[in-house]
Amino acid sequence: MSELFKNRHVTGWLMASPLVLVLSVFLVMPIIMIAIVSFWGATEWSIYPAFQFDNYAFLFGSDVTYRVFFNTFKYAFITWVFCLGIGFTAAYFLAFHVRSLTWQVALFLLCTIPFWTSNIIRMISWIPFLGRNGLANSTLMSWGVIDEPLEWLLFSDFSVILAFVHLYTLFMVVPIFNTMMRIDRSLIEAAADNGASGWQTLWHVIVPLTKPGIMIGTIFVVTLVMGDFITVRFMSGSQSANVGRLISNDISLLQYPSASATAVVLLVTVLLVIGILLRFVDIRKEL
Amino acid sequence: MTTISKVRYSRRALLKTGGAALAAAALPAPMVWGQEIKNITLRQFGTGVSNLNDVANKVKEDLGITLEMTALDSDSVTQRAATQPDSFDIADIEYWICKKVWPTGNLQAMDVSKIANYDKIVGIFKSGKLTEDSVIAQGTAPHTVGFIPEPGARTFADEQTNWMTLIPTIYNADTLGIRPDLIGRPIETWAELLNPEFKGKASILDISSIGIMDMAMVCEAMGEIQYGDKGNMTREEIDKTFAIFTEAKQNGQFRAFWKTFDESVNLMASGEVVIQSMWSPAITAVKSRGIDCVYQPLKEGYRSWGGGIGLSQSLSGMELDAAYEYINWYLSGWVGGYLMRQGYYSAVPETSKEFMSENEWGYWFEGKPATGEITSPTGDVLAQAGDVRDGGSFEERMGQVACWNAVMDENQYMVRKWNEFIAS
Repeated sequence: MSELFKNRHVTGWLMASPLVLVLSVFLVMPIIMIAIVSFWGATEWSIYPAFQFDNYAFLFGSDVTYRVFFNTFKYAFITWVFCLGIGFTAAYFLAFHVRSLTWQVALFLLCTIPFWTSNIIRMISWIPFLGRNGLANSTLMSWGVIDEPLEWLLFSDFSVILAFVHLYTLFMVVPIFNTMMRIDRSLIEAAADNGASGWQTLWHVIVPLTKPGIMIGTIFVVTLVMGDFITVRFMSGSQSANVGRLISNDISLLQYPSASATAVVLLVTVLLVIGILLRFVDIRKEL
Repeated sequence: MTTISKVRYSRRALLKTGGAALAAAALPAPMVWGQEIKNITLRQFGTGVSNLNDVANKVKEDLGITLEMTALDSDSVTQRAATQPDSFDIADIEYWICKKVWPTGNLQAMDVSKIANYDKIVGIFKSGKLTEDSVIAQGTAPHTVGFIPEPGARTFADEQTNWMTLIPTIYNADTLGIRPDLIGRPIETWAELLNPEFKGKASILDISSIGIMDMAMVCEAMGEIQYGDKGNMTREEIDKTFAIFTEAKQNGQFRAFWKTFDESVNLMASGEVVIQSMWSPAITAVKSRGIDCVYQPLKEGYRSWGGGIGLSQSLSGMELDAAYEYINWYLSGWVGGYLMRQGYYSAVPETSKEFMSENEWGYWFEGKPATGEITSPTGDVLAQAGDVRDGGSFEERMGQVACWNAVMDENQYMVRKWNEFIAS
């Protein structure tokens, strides 16, 4: 018996088993269930077991699906660009411009303060701010910048992306900051000694070494935006749709099989995107 | 306090209440009932309109029953009634939801002979007619899904029977809400919702079964579509309706769509929207912030809705008796008066009258000018002396119902079209 426990394969499996158990019950099983239900049929009030491709046929046969997927990618991409820009700058400032560790930690914690409130509240608080008679419009009008209130500030793609960027930039800041902190400072000195300008150092030394952090942040932001539905609903005033809203509409109308089919397609899409992203950087090597 | 006439103990109730129930056999029944009922908890869920904590408090005070309330939006209510029959004892749902949910067998019919005020329930819920010569409106009119032929039946009866699906509790005639201060001219027809004058300042609600009816009222008023039956459209009619609204949406007619009561209030109160589909208490909520808002009667008539309470199939024994007790209490006037003072109508107006002042009854029900301040049940001032209710009296308002909220035969098709409309 004790021999058995000394076998490193056995102990390895035993140590992994709690996690395997938890993940298989709470992650793998539900996903399998969703995949199964996606082939079922539905009536107005019930679902019945079947093996039919109706849900997928309808999904791929409707141009709404393509438009909505395009919209989802559009939101994900634009949000990613802004999150990366802001996140990288903030992390760079924290890692290289703030010299004392105390200040770095203090400023980093400052970044997390908005996260003490609920996601929904941070999002909804934009609505009165951006509204037709909101703070933004009345301020701009009192400055004389505009004569008429700007309608596109609220219930538009602009407000959706603004909320996304606001909600998810921190997910970019954290991993980038983390990788930057581990960059050996002597590399930067070496670059300077060899006559590299500030920009050259940034582009040829810091960015390549920060790639794993960027990639982890990217995965966070892209998956969060692609899976979201509530932000799109509130900030577009229900006027735009992404895949998440398609699923939530189906669920509210008791069309579980059709919702499952959409969920499966979304899951596959997101996995493909992550698969492609991981081709660029081997994050495991860097962790 | 009223006591129930027959006390029956089912096996389940006996087991559940144990010793107390055994003792009951030896004691006079009504007194024990009075003790026992205090231990009964009924779980009720429904839309926010009638799931009021004040009702739960009052029922505790009057009957001793503990009522646990859960408020959800219409879609979630349907979902719960259809998929989680054991999660509730009493379903407070609308009639169109009943049409969807009844065939699942999750609800049980109610014995009309046990409903004390059945004879006083207004005709809309029984024969479908408000008065002898009323014309029955299109859509899922309550009486069409109000009765079943016999207990256990999953289809509806064409006429009144002894078995009722829902006991009607609350209903109203809905129309468009407007901000007269921001519009500055009279609004008389549903067609104004798509008037380019209100570009970027209009809204409709994002609940398909209700929204489609508002759309139909608008399209018909514009003269674009003549429906055979708005409450049961053909695919062509559905396509045409969405084509008109999709074009309007793409031209930027709508500021937003709303799904919850609060959203509609905020859109209107903030001035983001000046004309939109709206519910009566939402108007009240805007008004109570001191903002001018009118529930505009329109020449094409109202889109009406009705709600009622249904019993879960799993209710039996003492809980079932308690539920009947609760229903009889519900119709006995206090709740009716409470709801009427919010702008809804009670299914048994004459019992509610006793719980309202003469001024309130005159203003809310008879359409007379208020003789003093009109306040909501929570104390907000809603109207001053001399004000008249938008749309007038009960007969004027409920007599001009053009259609009821509906579930159509082509519902699934309509729902898909609705999703397309939102995504377009």
